[in-house]
Amino acid sequence: MYFSSLNELFYMDGHGVYVWAVYAVAISIIAALAITPLVRRRRFVREETQRLRREGKV
Amino acid sequence: MAFRWPQFFHKLGSPRWFYRIGGLWLPWLAGIAACFLVIGAIWGLAFAPEDFKQGNSYRIIFVHVPSAFIALAGYYVMATAGAISLIWKMKLADIALKCAAPIGAAMTVLALISGATWGKPTWGTWWVWDARNTSMLVLLFLYLGIYALYNAFEREEQAARICAVLALVGTVNIPIIYKSVDWWFTLHQPATIKLTEPTTMHASMWQPLLLMIVGFYVLYTTLLIERIRVEILVRERRTRWVQDIVLASGA
Repeated sequence: MYFSSLNELFYMDGHGVYVWAVYAVAISIIAALAITPLVRRRRFVREETQRLRREGKV
Repeated sequence: MAFRWPQFFHKLGSPRWFYRIGGLWLPWLAGIAACFLVIGAIWGLAFAPEDFKQGNSYRIIFVHVPSAFIALAGYYVMATAGAISLIWKMKLADIALKCAAPIGAAMTVLALISGATWGKPTWGTWWVWDARNTSMLVLLFLYLGIYALYNAFEREEQAARICAVLALVGTVNIPIIYKSVDWWFTLHQPATIKLTEPTTMHASMWQPLLLMIVGFYVLYTTLLIERIRVEILVRERRTRWVQDIVLASGA
């Protein structure tokens, strides 16, 4: 590791707050992008199942 | 069986084929993206040396540059899908156009936020209205405009056609973004990595950056395929094969 301790890794000579904030935002945005289609798919399957049942196709 | 291009394009136009093949690829792509991003991020955060001018704040580069690359590459993907949709009326291209917009917008937001957060300790300000920042903001508005416009139409074909035109017109912004750091006086530093000349970065810094860039490209592909597959299900819900999938996963 480049830093001599974990504390230094977090603090990064005062830049830590900026650096870690960016990585946190990146993780949140990527997670949101990955999760939204899953949620949409689940909702679609639920609604379509109901519709197919209603229309007597099952 | 020999690989035949005409057949490949024919199949690529078929949503059902794309849904199946995309489903096979997705776990592999996601795994590869995760490996590259986790290793690249740990390397960049903890193991790469600090910059002699900017100190540790430069570690934001490992998020900022890849996300900005994808913000631009994603626009090419969207505009290309728009062109294909206009010329060949391909259903899958319409879907790709629609799905590329939110991912591109999110990547542009990430590039802007990481840039602003890098700007604070480096330039002393979160934001300046210089050429690079402003043209990236225009890119975000193009993405958001296409997303909003697409959802404003009832008929999908009409939405796709109008958004395709807007996407193609918007490509004029892309070379402006690329060249903005050279054409105008700006606080933004010039490009660190160029295809035409060797980089000025030390290997200990560009190696993790390269991992992150490749990781973001694979991640983008993963997210796009994931989104397109769901959109295919929604649009093809009247077909038998989608109803079979719905019943198999809903039961």
